[in-house]
Amino acid sequence: MADSTAALSIRGVTKEFATPEGGVVRALDDVSLEIDEGSFTVLLGPSGCGKTTLLRSIAGLETPDAGEIRLRGERIDDEPVWKRRVNTVFQSYALFPHMTVAQNIAFGLEMDRVPKAEIAKAVESSLAMVRLEGLGGRRPSQLSGGQQQRVALARALAKKPEVLLLDEPLSALDLKLRRGMQMELKRLQRETSITFVLVTHDQEEAMAMADTVAVFDSGRIAQVGEPRDVYLRPRTRFVADFIGEANVLPATFLSDRADVDALGVLEADLLSGTEGLTSGQPGFVAMRPENILWSRDEQGQARVVDVTFVGGDLHIDVLVGEHPCAIRTSSHVAEPPRVGEALRLEFPAGSVRWVTD
Amino acid sequence: MARARGKAGQGSVWAAVPGLVYLVALVLVPLIIIVIFSFLSRAKLGVGVKWEFSTQAYADLLFSESLAGGRSFDPTYLQIILNSFVFALVTAGVTLALSIPIALWIATRPAERRTALIFLVTIPFWTSLLIRTYAFVIILNDNGPINGTLGWLGLIGEPIPMLYTPFATVTGLVYTFLPFMILPIYASAERFDFRLAEAAYDLGAGKWTVLRRIVLPSIRPGVIAGMLLVFVPALGSFLAPELLGGGKTSMIANVIAAQFGASRNWPLGAALSVLLLIITMLVLVGFAVTAKRVSRTGGSNTWEAML
Repeated sequence: MADSTAALSIRGVTKEFATPEGGVVRALDDVSLEIDEGSFTVLLGPSGCGKTTLLRSIAGLETPDAGEIRLRGERIDDEPVWKRRVNTVFQSYALFPHMTVAQNIAFGLEMDRVPKAEIAKAVESSLAMVRLEGLGGRRPSQLSGGQQQRVALARALAKKPEVLLLDEPLSALDLKLRRGMQMELKRLQRETSITFVLVTHDQEEAMAMADTVAVFDSGRIAQVGEPRDVYLRPRTRFVADFIGEANVLPATFLSDRADVDALGVLEADLLSGTEGLTSGQPGFVAMRPENILWSRDEQGQARVVDVTFVGGDLHIDVLVGEHPCAIRTSSHVAEPPRVGEALRLEFPAGSVRWVTD
Repeated sequence: MARARGKAGQGSVWAAVPGLVYLVALVLVPLIIIVIFSFLSRAKLGVGVKWEFSTQAYADLLFSESLAGGRSFDPTYLQIILNSFVFALVTAGVTLALSIPIALWIATRPAERRTALIFLVTIPFWTSLLIRTYAFVIILNDNGPINGTLGWLGLIGEPIPMLYTPFATVTGLVYTFLPFMILPIYASAERFDFRLAEAAYDLGAGKWTVLRRIVLPSIRPGVIAGMLLVFVPALGSFLAPELLGGGKTSMIANVIAAQFGASRNWPLGAALSVLLLIITMLVLVGFAVTAKRVSRTGGSNTWEAML
């Protein structure tokens, strides 16, 4: 029944939490997701969207109210945490403070009753893998944040899990370290060919690392796909806005064209994502700031509110009717627009994406 | 001058003087008197001491003199000291075993409920220990509620003798010292990051392994403090063995009291007190060494600060 290439197969998983105020929050609402063997999958979404709850449900640290989770075809959702062949890199690293780095890494192997000599060898190779040779005798408190992060990785990878779960592993690092660790994680994933499932709220991080990204929106998966595909072809208003920047305007679909609020009718050749729409259907159009062409025109629909130089980029904020819109253009333009000027906006073919709410 | 006035929150020696005087006058001076008394002779009528140097009291600890004047080794007092040790150790062990689950359970409750539960733990402190120990006389009595209930249920034909047994003494001691074990362990457990337990489960550890290898090492400072707060006072406890143990299960404090009272041998009583003091100090040093090792291996040194 399960797809033979799926490392993890999640079907209809639902999880509700009681809030302290006595209400109920549905953290996961009938979530289904297939995660390919050997892939680097990123669960992306704002905080509170359910992505961490899904990760913890896979690990066994949360018990879903409904649905099933299969690891290489075997149901694991009724197995206790310690029996599942998945391991987690925690956001707080959760290194054992009373143990050395080497003891931390050895812990999981001792639980599997691996012979001592083999553990010693595995600890050495794990340390080498995360480039921390020679630090095995240190305590976690004697390491920098980045080094602690690597120990947490080595500890989880030493067990050779079938799936490695990473819960916001880079969020505690500063920006520069984070960039380096993103590359490092990609390298580790390639070298070990272990399936990685990483949770993050940072869409750039997701874009940089993921083979597949699953975008979460309030307990549901809004869209799954390759990062570039999700960026270029968002299906919902939320995805368009969350992945990269987007100008989203209300619109009505008219047979093959779109009547956009305050912008006018856009012809069919400009639009994408309109397949299967019926005439008169309301929705939204999303336009990337870098995909908007502008020219000075007294009769233009947009009025310039602000102009900012950001290095090579020029950010132009305009109002279309009452909707704020962002335009991104090159700083090398001969004569930048001035505040108060009227602009005429045009769009390259296929660059206006139809999205639902 | 700012310097003369000192910084806020910085300790001034003058503010500490009343407390220091109190300590010296009421703790150190009596201790010195006890040590001096232990090297003096027994008074004629037994009340007070005769001011004449003597090591007789220390000899009495180990030997007994027959009427003929011959000396023979007499382990009575050593036996009582050993008894006291066993009682104190059993008490510390039982309170520890009872306190760890309680402390962990409280530490994992929501924050506002934790405060209420810790408040409940301190309720026994509201009444005098004497009254609470007398209550145990009633509870453990042959006609008390335990024997009564068991008899009513038909589980026993005759009452189980509980009062005036070592069991009664230990029960009373455990009851007395339980809060002193729960509170420091809770203080450690409250700071424990329970995500570490999740990480251990995730790495394949079962419940007992998590408790033994992750939780216990992390709450060790609290355990050491609790052991200290229970073992040392238990070693010198008087009320529980006196009221619940009857004459049969004396501990060293009861013997000391007897020397100053009925037996009228103040120097011997003083010598026994000095011995108890030395033993207690040895235990403290032992704990201190252990705690140093703990703090060096990454544990917190809260308990050291308590000393």
